[in-house]
Amino acid sequence: MTDAIMNSKPSTEIRRPTLTGERLKKRYAAERRFRLYGLGSILTAGLILVFLVGSITGTGYTAFLQTYIKLNISFDAEFLDPAGTGDVAQLASADYGGMVKKNLRDNFPEVTSRRDKRKLYNFVSPNAGFDLRTMVIDDPSLVGQSLDLWIKASDDIDMLTKGYVDRTLEESNRRVSDTELVWYDKLDSNDHIEARINTDFFLKADSREPEEAGILGAVTGSLLTLVITLLLSFPIGVMAAIYLEEFAPKNKWTDLIEVNINNLAAVPSIVFGLLGLAMFLNFFGFPRSAPLVGGMVLALMTLPTIIIAARSALKAVPPSIREAALGLGASPLQVVTHHVLPLAMPGILTGTIIGMAQALGETAPLLMIGMIAFIVDVPGGFTDPATVLPVQIYLWADSPERAFVERTSAAIMVLLAFLIFMNILAVMLRKKFERRW
Amino acid sequence: MNSFFLILVVIGLSVAGYAVGRARSVFAAAGDVRILHSLPSYYGMFVALGCGLPAILLLAIWLIIQPQIVDHMVMSGLDPSIMPQNADAYSLMLTDIRNLSSGNATSREASPAIVAATERYLALQSIGFWSMVVGVVCIAMLGLAWARSQISRNFRARNAVEKIIRALLIVCSMIAILTTVGIVLSLIFESIRFFARVPFFDFLFGIHWSPQTAIRAEQVGASGSFGAVPLFAGTMLITLIAMLVAGPIGLLSAIYMAEYANPKFRGIAKPMLEVLAGIPTVVYGFFAALTVAPMIRGWGEGVGLDVSSESALAAGLVMGIMIIPFVSSLSDDVINSVPQSLRDGSYGLGATKSETIRHVIIPAALPGIVGAFLLAVSRAIGETMIVVMAAGLASNLTANPFEAVTTVTVQIVTLLVGDQEFDSAKTLAAFALGLVLFFVTLGLNVVALRVVRKYREKYD
Repeated sequence: MTDAIMNSKPSTEIRRPTLTGERLKKRYAAERRFRLYGLGSILTAGLILVFLVGSITGTGYTAFLQTYIKLNISFDAEFLDPAGTGDVAQLASADYGGMVKKNLRDNFPEVTSRRDKRKLYNFVSPNAGFDLRTMVIDDPSLVGQSLDLWIKASDDIDMLTKGYVDRTLEESNRRVSDTELVWYDKLDSNDHIEARINTDFFLKADSREPEEAGILGAVTGSLLTLVITLLLSFPIGVMAAIYLEEFAPKNKWTDLIEVNINNLAAVPSIVFGLLGLAMFLNFFGFPRSAPLVGGMVLALMTLPTIIIAARSALKAVPPSIREAALGLGASPLQVVTHHVLPLAMPGILTGTIIGMAQALGETAPLLMIGMIAFIVDVPGGFTDPATVLPVQIYLWADSPERAFVERTSAAIMVLLAFLIFMNILAVMLRKKFERRW
Repeated sequence: MNSFFLILVVIGLSVAGYAVGRARSVFAAAGDVRILHSLPSYYGMFVALGCGLPAILLLAIWLIIQPQIVDHMVMSGLDPSIMPQNADAYSLMLTDIRNLSSGNATSREASPAIVAATERYLALQSIGFWSMVVGVVCIAMLGLAWARSQISRNFRARNAVEKIIRALLIVCSMIAILTTVGIVLSLIFESIRFFARVPFFDFLFGIHWSPQTAIRAEQVGASGSFGAVPLFAGTMLITLIAMLVAGPIGLLSAIYMAEYANPKFRGIAKPMLEVLAGIPTVVYGFFAALTVAPMIRGWGEGVGLDVSSESALAAGLVMGIMIIPFVSSLSDDVINSVPQSLRDGSYGLGATKSETIRHVIIPAALPGIVGAFLLAVSRAIGETMIVVMAAGLASNLTANPFEAVTTVTVQIVTLLVGDQEFDSAKTLAAFALGLVLFFVTLGLNVVALRVVRKYREKYD
């Protein structure tokens, strides 16, 4: 050390900063650059958000429309009711698919070969027969009549109408062949093709046929699951928060609970799924794929969020209120239930809504407990097999049909709409009841 | 009639109990409620709790225990000739009986013995259910009667009710601990069963992952090997890419918002970043798989690179976007908590704003920023849907971001989704992976929280 000092040059000459404009310019340039980096990264994040939402709405909005084809359908009495009894059971069991095919052939008399016929049948949805069946059962007097009806088109034709089929491609590379294009253009020039609002998307459950698939089943499943989640996590969370904030003595045990809650908030969601699988399904034997179990798993997951929000809301209530109530002779529990809790409620509710929004968007733990099954029925109860909206999105995203891509995007739009609604609700609640002491 | 209805019945009885208790107390005071120890509503509440609490407790215990007892009784009542010999056959037969009883298809043609067992199963189930209804309603009535008999002029109802409610509060706050214990126990138990089949060190340090176990003994190439190193490597690669995106963007955004932005800009930018955090991960996954991956593939082809359509880059980039808000909001907090006096001191010495930030604020906020990064890493490691949808399934030990890699979470999902037998090493491997995931994220969180807290104490 001493050597080093001895050897260093005596600094007789004081180094002065060069206060020339040159150096200052450099420093200011660095300042501007740094500022731009910051602004640039925020703008990048914003652009990504716009791009994400834009790309999803861009591919998804067409799913709210569905192509219909106008066909002349004759409700042939021979086909539907050969015996002429007019019996509803007889009408219900008739071959409506065959009737649709026959009518298609009648509408296109020029189609004769087997292969072309099959292509022609592919024009309308395989479920078109069911729709006609419902019509006939509702109104048996249709039998024997001949009407111009709008029939739901198949997904390939739907994609063609929406412009997702590239006509310039080689015939072998596209889903719609040249002959089909000729028929389609003929229908189109007669105004026999129309895109209408796709109500089935909101009113039906999942299906293997894209044009038949809807989100009602998944939305109902999400709703049932969230009801269980709310019923479990809200009371338990609020009560735990009250205990920890108002009653718990400061000791090791309380510290342990606190550390636990903070850590649970950061445990990956899929681990909660593993817990649900091992505990609820395999150990307790609860039913698989049920909103009951899904709700329980999500409740455990949202519990830390609610507890943390409720605690900070309780903490924000000033001690003077507690002291005033105690001074008037209220018991500690009366202080909490009559005064502190009502004042903290808006904050607690805001936290709960945000927790519910998280639970609504959660997918991974629900995959673990089997809420990923293909379910065609709308669930009717808490123990029915069900799926939820995010899992439905995941399932559709895996489907190969082009028509499912737009439906996935549309389902995402619906999910985001729900989330935006919940968050706006939370913000409004906070604005309306927020109180500064 | 099902259990939900029974719960409603119990709630109805409790409400009735409230009315009974209240009326009883007013009667005991001969109409003059001032001479009672507590307000009449507390007597009502006491009776309601005495009626509802034991009944709900019994209901919960019954619902948990009954399936086990019924299963056992049905299986032990089987004819000894068809009694399954090993555990697998046992669970298969049980599944058959359950499926038959709910009217579903079974794995094979039902023999008369199985049909008989199914009938027995259904009969036992309905006996169990109705005895539960009777038991629960009886307990509720008994509780009501007992609580009502306690009521007298001097009975301290408020104290009793408050004691019960306080106990309930404590029980609720224990649920967090119970959840952690449940997670640890279920992961550890299944993992122990897994490590009984696959040696611990083979799992942790093996470099070959192919979880397909043989169905037939002589099947080729399906011995199943459970070396998890490729999964760990894949997870780390994707996390690294994510942090390379989220780290700079998140930190610079936080600096800009804390130091440069005016309140108006902040009022727009902060909620925007929060929106980014609120988007469900399945949406990011769809975005990654459908938009980003083909885009990167297209660019790669443009410059002559061979990019896999499930490249680690696509999954990593999108995951990075997802964790930007975590980095930025946590860093924003720590930067804001650096005291103003440090900034003023630096400006007083003639430093520009950016020099102050780089030489004073960042060093002062460094522990908090490190904590924020660690939390973001733990978030990225545990993230599931993005990688399930956008990363690959085949294990691949590589550091090339253009190739497909698989991660721990992807493998957990693939191993557990779909049909599964609960005893195979394949299924149990998922729990071993879950155990690793849990402890790694837990460790990161504990360290991060400790770093952040230690730092905060310094300036408070």
